[in-house]
Amino acid sequence: MPPRTLSVNGRQVTVDIEDDVRLLWVLRDVLGITGPKYGCGINVCKACTSHINGRAFNPCSVPVSRIGPTDEITTIEGLPDTVGADLHPMQEAWIDRDVPQCGYCQPGQIMAAVDLVKKVQADGGSITDDDIDEIRNMCACGTYARIREAIKQGAENM
Amino acid sequence: MQRRRFLGYLIAAPTLAVGAKLTGDSVLSAEALPSPTPEVSEVYDLSDLLLDSTRPTANLITIVVNSDGTVSFTIPRAESGQGITTTAAMLIAEEMGIDVSDVTVDLADARPELLFNQQTQGSASVISIYTPVRVAAALARGRLVEAAATILGDEAENLRTTGGRVLSTAGSSVPFAELAAAAANEVTREAITELKPVDEFEIIGTEQRRDDVVAAVTGRKKYTMDLDVPDALPTMIARPPTIKGTVESVNNLAQVKGMPGVTDVVEISTDAEPGRGTTSSAVAVRARTFGQCIDAVNALDISWGRGNVDGESDASILEQLRAADAPANLPSPGPLDEVGGQLPLVTEPVGDVLDGVGAVETIDQEFVFYWRSNAAMEPNVAIADVRDGEAEIWTPSQIPIVTQTQLAQVLDLPQSQVTVHVPRGGGAFGRRLFSDAALDAARVSKEIGKPVRLMWHRADECRAGRVHPMCISRVRATYSPTAGEVVSFEQRHTSVATDYTESFGDMITSQAAKLPFANELTLSQTVFLLTASVPYDLGAIALGYNEIFDFDRFATGSVRNLNNQDFRPAQELVVDQLAARLGEDPLEFRLDRVEDERAKAVLEAVRDEGGWGEDLPEGVAQGVVVHNEYKGSVAVLAEVDTRPGTAEREIPGATTGPRVRKVTVAVDVGLPINPLGLKAQMEGGVMTGISHVFTGSLHLRDGNFLEGSWDDYRYTRHWNAPPEIDVIVMPPSGDRPGGAGELAVGAATAAVACAYARAVGEMPTSFPIGHTKDVPFEVKDFVPPLPPSPTDGLEAYPAPSAAGPAFNPAS
Repeated sequence: MPPRTLSVNGRQVTVDIEDDVRLLWVLRDVLGITGPKYGCGINVCKACTSHINGRAFNPCSVPVSRIGPTDEITTIEGLPDTVGADLHPMQEAWIDRDVPQCGYCQPGQIMAAVDLVKKVQADGGSITDDDIDEIRNMCACGTYARIREAIKQGAENM
Repeated sequence: MQRRRFLGYLIAAPTLAVGAKLTGDSVLSAEALPSPTPEVSEVYDLSDLLLDSTRPTANLITIVVNSDGTVSFTIPRAESGQGITTTAAMLIAEEMGIDVSDVTVDLADARPELLFNQQTQGSASVISIYTPVRVAAALARGRLVEAAATILGDEAENLRTTGGRVLSTAGSSVPFAELAAAAANEVTREAITELKPVDEFEIIGTEQRRDDVVAAVTGRKKYTMDLDVPDALPTMIARPPTIKGTVESVNNLAQVKGMPGVTDVVEISTDAEPGRGTTSSAVAVRARTFGQCIDAVNALDISWGRGNVDGESDASILEQLRAADAPANLPSPGPLDEVGGQLPLVTEPVGDVLDGVGAVETIDQEFVFYWRSNAAMEPNVAIADVRDGEAEIWTPSQIPIVTQTQLAQVLDLPQSQVTVHVPRGGGAFGRRLFSDAALDAARVSKEIGKPVRLMWHRADECRAGRVHPMCISRVRATYSPTAGEVVSFEQRHTSVATDYTESFGDMITSQAAKLPFANELTLSQTVFLLTASVPYDLGAIALGYNEIFDFDRFATGSVRNLNNQDFRPAQELVVDQLAARLGEDPLEFRLDRVEDERAKAVLEAVRDEGGWGEDLPEGVAQGVVVHNEYKGSVAVLAEVDTRPGTAEREIPGATTGPRVRKVTVAVDVGLPINPLGLKAQMEGGVMTGISHVFTGSLHLRDGNFLEGSWDDYRYTRHWNAPPEIDVIVMPPSGDRPGGAGELAVGAATAAVACAYARAVGEMPTSFPIGHTKDVPFEVKDFVPPLPPSPTDGLEAYPAPSAAGPAFNPAS
């Protein structure tokens, strides 16, 4: 199989891997990028939520062959670079509100929140409780109340 | 007044290191001390007496002052999100006069010399480390002050510590960094110290963010599967289609071994109770990526043998539970006898409560609670390297010593050759009181002679994982309408056996526990009797517990808040009925009957702050309960909206239905250490309670559970979370902290259930209420065992393309 070129967090990387391996495992097992987490492998828990060309998606359910060399993959590790800072405003809000407990789902929660806020703002609105209600990212520690506050706070600085 | 003195150790090391026993026996009485003097934190030199001391120092917890002035502590507890490392850092910072951020707390490897003192369960961590950690920190501070006295030319008693420096009265100071080596000890010796008085606390009781919050939100926090262990390749397991089934044969081994990325395929025992003889087995696959493991697991053609509970379903279990339910026998004129092998606990004698109350009326109600998973977001995981007569394991165990013991047993190695590292866990909730993943990983690694990175698939968590057992709780209460009083309250709990054998930790206990009936008679009954309570004065009270099956028929375990997640909701629903029949307000009825001042205060707090009794639209109602456990009290006031406009909202694949729209919690844990972490624990307990009431359950059908992932197993999601939640942390009511991790679960479950009952005007008697309504998902295949990963992830966001319509558990 020919080496495949990917763009991850602003860097070009080359991997040798079969076409049908889902991107999550290419990131984690081949490239050692461990911010996106496994929680279900079937696109229901959303722990692996990352961005492709600035929009949220779930790499557990995308064969690597569907990613082109010009597609920009951003994981939680690369999120601050998208705003040219040490931390994205959403991460700052997360820290301010001390959102995480175990923390395992939080990279995915943050990536989903950033996408949602961008979408709402692009439509000319501001984030509402109803918008937040539709986020699917699962948290077994039950940090939802603080996530709700942090999204509203982070959105103000986006 | 003479303050209490505590014994600790100064440890020989290049920089300052001190130790304290983790057991509670280090308190010294002042009278026992040679030449006691009143100085705070003074350290006594007993080295001459103790150079050849037989007092063991191996079982100490130690605090080290590093050459850069920071402080390190290795805690023998799991950190799975509950915040114990942050709490420990606060205790050390408080006692030493150093910033919390300058204290690093890591997790200890399995340390068998600690015996019972390395388990994380029962919301006991803060309670158990509170004094020992402060003793060690106080000793360290004392040594630093002693060393500084020489440099600053001042008496030690005039010096104070703040901001990581020792300050003299004249204003000169020296940083810990310059004292770390000077304060070091050449020999290990005993020392005694005193602790900072509660009224001088500056850090304890203040809100502190988690020590790993930045790492968590930047993706830098390392969980077990993120660790860089060379050659530890991804490994997954093909499990049987029924619970505790076995492999008869693998029919295409060579083919699967030849699949892309696959390095090894091997049959292993998955017996999680080594030494007892229940055997289950499965086939493990090691490959370059987990994705290739999933494909290879599903490609395996395996002939499976019978499982352990083939043919059992919810209905057959319910029948057996009912058959084991002992008859109620209150009110009764005399002491209760043993009934049907059951040991009733009478907390209040019947005595003369029957005198003069006239005719009594009765409420007799059975409640059913279905199976629940305590699966955390991070599945069961372990890295294992078993080669050359040694084993090195990484797993986020809540009981690392038991894990180490079991590994030694199944690997046939001396315990000293088994190292168990404890990475931070992605949630635990009791799930990691079992060593299943570590045993799986070690068995595979031993068999193939290579390191492995083993992860359970989410489907394994649902179908082969530990569960909170199905149970029934029967409540029989009598009351006198003429006297306006409750006469008797009897609650009998009957459950599928809960496996408590591992959570008791000690090898000997664990082995004894595995004798026939020992689980029920020595462990389950004990756990029940130690945790079951009725916080109200309800006349004569009798409680009892029965269980069916051996402890390991199903794979059960300790799930957050144990029996109380069912026991208390059943009880509180009947308390509401009693209040209604006696014409009293539910909150005032409880307030009149709680016997504990702290419980009264938290109830009053939620009444006053949560808007109890305010006018609400039809279909919206409140529920309130109070609960005492883990040396604390919590009251929960929940408001549930069941109106059609709310309950029938449509989010694809979501559990909609009734919405808990507002929750007020008041919590008193004695001395709160970190109110921010405490609030988080309460909020988490509420989210779990909501799941317990509405949809979080497993359906047992023909020997296995139907649920195969999240979305099937419907834990609380954003769409269920209350938009408004307020946690009131009560001011300190004592000088010691209580436990918080599980405190809110049973209380929140009960409050939400009571609110729902009032909103719809009918008391639910089966939980979660959606369990018997429908199976709101397409059941995933059992063979092959893992749901294949979809390929449409670029299009299917946010909802997966398979998401069905919303499910209303109340419709």
